[in-house]
Amino acid sequence: MGWFKRIQEGITTKSTEKKEIPEGAWYKCPGCKNVVTSQEFAGTLNVCATCGHHERIGSAEYFEVLFDGGKFREVAAKMVSADPLEFKDTTDYKSRLEKAQKKTELEDAIRTASGELDGLPVVISAMDFSFIGGSMGSVVGEKIARGIDLALKKQCPYICISKSGGARMMEAGLSLMQMAKTSARLSLLAQARLPYISVLTDPTTGGVTASFAMLGDLNIAEPNALIGFAGPRVVRETIGKDLPEGFQRSEFLLEHGFLDAIVERKDLKSKIAFYLRAMYDAPMGEEKVG
Amino acid sequence: MNYLEFEEPIKQLREQLQKAQELQDQSDVDMHSTVADLEGKIAEVTKKIYSELTPWQRVQVSRHPDRPYTLSYIEAITGGRFEELHGDRTVKDDKAMVGGWGFVDDQAVMFIGQQKGVNTKMRQYRNFGMANPEGYRKALRLMKLAEKFNRPIVTLIDTPGAFPGLEAEERGQGEAIARNLIEMCQLKVPVICIIIGEGASGGALGIGIGDRVLMLENTWYSVISPESCSSILWRNWDHKKEAAEALHLTGENMLELKLIDGIIPEPLGGAHANREAIYATVKATIQEQLSKLMPMDPAKRIDARIKKFSSMGVVHSA
Ligand SMILES: [Zn+2]
Repeated sequence: MGWFKRIQEGITTKSTEKKEIPEGAWYKCPGCKNVVTSQEFAGTLNVCATCGHHERIGSAEYFEVLFDGGKFREVAAKMVSADPLEFKDTTDYKSRLEKAQKKTELEDAIRTASGELDGLPVVISAMDFSFIGGSMGSVVGEKIARGIDLALKKQCPYICISKSGGARMMEAGLSLMQMAKTSARLSLLAQARLPYISVLTDPTTGGVTASFAMLGDLNIAEPNALIGFAGPRVVRETIGKDLPEGFQRSEFLLEHGFLDAIVERKDLKSKIAFYLRAMYDAPMGEEKVG
Repeated sequence: MNYLEFEEPIKQLREQLQKAQELQDQSDVDMHSTVADLEGKIAEVTKKIYSELTPWQRVQVSRHPDRPYTLSYIEAITGGRFEELHGDRTVKDDKAMVGGWGFVDDQAVMFIGQQKGVNTKMRQYRNFGMANPEGYRKALRLMKLAEKFNRPIVTLIDTPGAFPGLEAEERGQGEAIARNLIEMCQLKVPVICIIIGEGASGGALGIGIGDRVLMLENTWYSVISPESCSSILWRNWDHKKEAAEALHLTGENMLELKLIDGIIPEPLGGAHANREAIYATVKATIQEQLSKLMPMDPAKRIDARIKKFSSMGVVHSA
């Protein structure tokens, strides 16, 4: 077990910028137990070539997958939480944040950036589950808001890749209201008739599901992602019954009408490009923007 | 190949033709003139049969097991540049109603239509092309999406009716269809509706309000199927032929009554006899109609749409 954990850390801690994969590291698929080198695994976009299991990846990997040539300009990269409540549980929020920042080399659970996707101007936000469970506090809300504002300014589509346990308890009511804030901003994007594609990845739950993740013009998900409002454990304990096989997975949501499509990671960029071309006419020439 | 009962002469000639061709291939007997002769005869007989179709035979052709269904049209018209979108965002993804973005050459179009299954398993899966309320609600969601991004809508209609089920009623089948009618009247983008098979009642009309409503030559469109009409009014199933006549359900009938805008001709022997030909015709029709509808002012387009449907009905004023 210790051996497995070490490799897992080996692949999850390199989540910022250019990934340096240590020589000789291995990845064991939790689905089919197949073992490949970490380099091989990165080559398949962290998807198991044997069983199709989509391993969780972070904003750096999604930006690499989606932006042309992996090139992008990050928005408000240095924004950090202000801890206005001076929240304290078993440990204080401030040190929890510092610890997470140190561990992940990220400032918070989301990054927003602009660039091009298959030649189309786009703004993309992508969440990082490794940062306090991808929880949504003021920074996540504000960076989504900034992303939408930038899309409005550029008159371009907005894409958000969700991966979150939900609202962040340590910012209490402030976290709750990020659901309202992101929805408010999305309503402006909708008014401007600019496309918004929501990409739901494993896991997307709680307040994130109950706000921006479910509000896409198109909602698409990676295969077998856990998507729901209440977590499966809470549901099981509440109703006192076993949950059906595949409950709250992407395929379950597709069947129940909440997803437009399930898209494998390898097709994510080409499918998004197709959808965007169907819904969006890029402004002619750069001079018109600005 | 499947043959309808009145296609029997065509079937026999085709079998003869196949034998002649086999003989030609396997031996040195020169069958060229026989083959040419048979081909000529097949064309002649097909033309005769298809030019004299009775309304009931039209109904049978509209349900021909080899006839292409909605997704086949979309795949062909878009050259595979189509991505299906799922779900009503409420309860379910209805497999009897399909839709999604497609490109007709360079024009992005929202396609929507009922889908029938091609074999026993798929017919079940598609619920025989009978949509539930969630199907109509998915259709409306996609229409609104098209309107938001200023893209035209093409609906392909092929249904024996909206599904008459318990849950369909619980979830408001009537409300779902009604909602589509009023919303489609006010859509700001062009809407073209094409009946490609069966146009049965409210289940068909639920995606059938458009600037152009067109019927393929061998389809039917009416308030009820001939069988059901027979069973209700004649109190048994034996009068479907008379019912088909009485219902005036063919394209010619419907055009004469000013209830549709046009008829799209099918290749000799019906759409199933030459799929590529009917795909090309439907594509050309869509492009021709879009080139007329898209430059129009949306308000005028809506006005004309409403006037058209408002003018339907025949009365004697006292
Ligand atoms: Zn695997």
